[in-house]
Amino acid sequence: MLTAQILLNGIVLGGLYACIAVGFSLVWGVLNVINILHGSFVVLGSYIAYFAYTYLGIHPYLSVPLSGIILFFVGFAIQRGVINRVIAAPVLTTLVLTFGLELIVNNAMIIGFSADYLSINLQNPLGSKLIGGLVLPLDRLVAMLLAIILTVILYYILARSRIGRAIVAVRMDAEAAALMGVEVKKIYAITFGIGAFMAGAAGSLLSLVFPISPLNGTEFLGIAFVVCVLGGLGSISGAIIGGLALGAIQSFGALWFGPEHGLTIAFALLILLLIFKPTGIMGRKGYE
Amino acid sequence: MRHLLILAILVIAMGLLPIFASNYTLRLGTMFAMYAVLAQSWNIIGGFAGYPSFSTAAFFGLGAYTGAILQTQGVPMPIAWISACLVVTIFAACLGIAILHLKGHYFAIASLVVAEVLLEITTSWTDLTGGGMGINLPILRISIEAQASLFYWSMLLLALLALGLNFWVSKSRIGFALRCIRQNEDASAMVGINTTFFKVVGFALSAVLVGGAGAMYASWVFYIEPPDVYSVLTSVKPIVMALLGGAGTVFGPIIGAAIFLTMEEFVWRSFLSIHAAVLGLIIVGLIFFLPHGILGLLSDIKKKSIRKRGSSPGVEE
Repeated sequence: MLTAQILLNGIVLGGLYACIAVGFSLVWGVLNVINILHGSFVVLGSYIAYFAYTYLGIHPYLSVPLSGIILFFVGFAIQRGVINRVIAAPVLTTLVLTFGLELIVNNAMIIGFSADYLSINLQNPLGSKLIGGLVLPLDRLVAMLLAIILTVILYYILARSRIGRAIVAVRMDAEAAALMGVEVKKIYAITFGIGAFMAGAAGSLLSLVFPISPLNGTEFLGIAFVVCVLGGLGSISGAIIGGLALGAIQSFGALWFGPEHGLTIAFALLILLLIFKPTGIMGRKGYE
Repeated sequence: MRHLLILAILVIAMGLLPIFASNYTLRLGTMFAMYAVLAQSWNIIGGFAGYPSFSTAAFFGLGAYTGAILQTQGVPMPIAWISACLVVTIFAACLGIAILHLKGHYFAIASLVVAEVLLEITTSWTDLTGGGMGINLPILRISIEAQASLFYWSMLLLALLALGLNFWVSKSRIGFALRCIRQNEDASAMVGINTTFFKVVGFALSAVLVGGAGAMYASWVFYIEPPDVYSVLTSVKPIVMALLGGAGTVFGPIIGAAIFLTMEEFVWRSFLSIHAAVLGLIIVGLIFFLPHGILGLLSDIKKKSIRKRGSSPGVEE
């Protein structure tokens, strides 16, 4: 019974991890940029949810579109104004550039919001339910379901919509896409914006689970790394499977080694995977 | 020849520093030498071979802890430093064999995460490392001034070794092989370069003096704790310095280290609460305005002026 309960907790966490990682994976796959800012985008989403709840009384579930859209524009602007200029540069350049941007954003958050941990205390929490001996934490469960729904919506946008097909085309072959009339730079900016949207949305949902602080950005970024490598880069199903797997592994790891080692276990796993199976569980696939 | 002259002037200036300077200036001089070691070491794998390594913090922290633990066990300081170099070199060689088959972002992430894992292991292994409490090193029984110049000279020696190592690598077969790998790894393998071997050698060479610098740093500051020596900034700063001066050149990283330290010191003094943001702005500005570093900029200017003089009127280029 304990095992089942831990598995359940892991899966609930894993759904949220998938939502964090899917935007990161999309940006990496399409732009070939590792967005070190991603963790801070998630934290910004959490802050938006916090302020929306504290001052406007908007429930974090409902502030998901708000955080998402604000972050979309932040991401779009950063990509359009800054990263697009060096998009063709070697890996090191974009990596160091996003790291520099991360330092700026994180420092701004620490000055603006202070490094203290905030948390949202819901006035009418859903509480938890006991079913068949399992405790279901309802608030988290709904957050996880919303995260999965968002991820699935993203999948359909990429698979069905015009803009989604353009993104997939750019990912496959940017030059060929340009020849077909796709504005590659614009698609890059939109993709980066969508990545930030998913980060912001995840941040809103995570505000119910984790305390909110600029210092958490690194941990979310680390989670995105691990999920991407675990599930395989560039596929949405990979991000979901990787997220759920990481959630489960962390929950059991916390049981066996102590909860403070969650991220260490994830990182050790990441290195082992990179050494032995860099393509991830799902192998390498596109966004189809 | 001109390079040697510049170098000689630099060495003489650095040599005269302890005679005239205050302890503060001497501290800056020691920091400069340390940064020069880190930037030049990174240059071997990141500049010559073009591998985006973020593992400087891992080597630095491991060296610092190796030196610190040995010293608290009563091992004399110089032997502790040399042992740290050896331990870190072996670690880097093993790590290199494991992760150097990765390319691009995958390699960058793997090398970045290594420091995090070491940080967590160090924090958890309280019996050996003191955990989050950190380690106090034995106090040296000499005057403050004598300590300041001792560490200054030691670090300067290490920086000269790093310079010599860079110079030697760039002239040797290793440097040739690493440059080939940067240009096109598959083609290098095709023409008979043992790419795995040279990458691992390059990676180990980029670690050996960083380990020594870490151990010296630990002895210098007397107290280390995991987040201090495994900080991700320790991995990023050398990259910024090398890019600032000109990655893949012998003197670029030193010039970059000097400029970076000057800026950092100014920022630390003037805007303490936003120093991370200012560092970020420096990085962004560097990438936009100085993509090939200062040395790259100088050689561009030279090329342009030669072209100007060389082209006669009426001749289109």
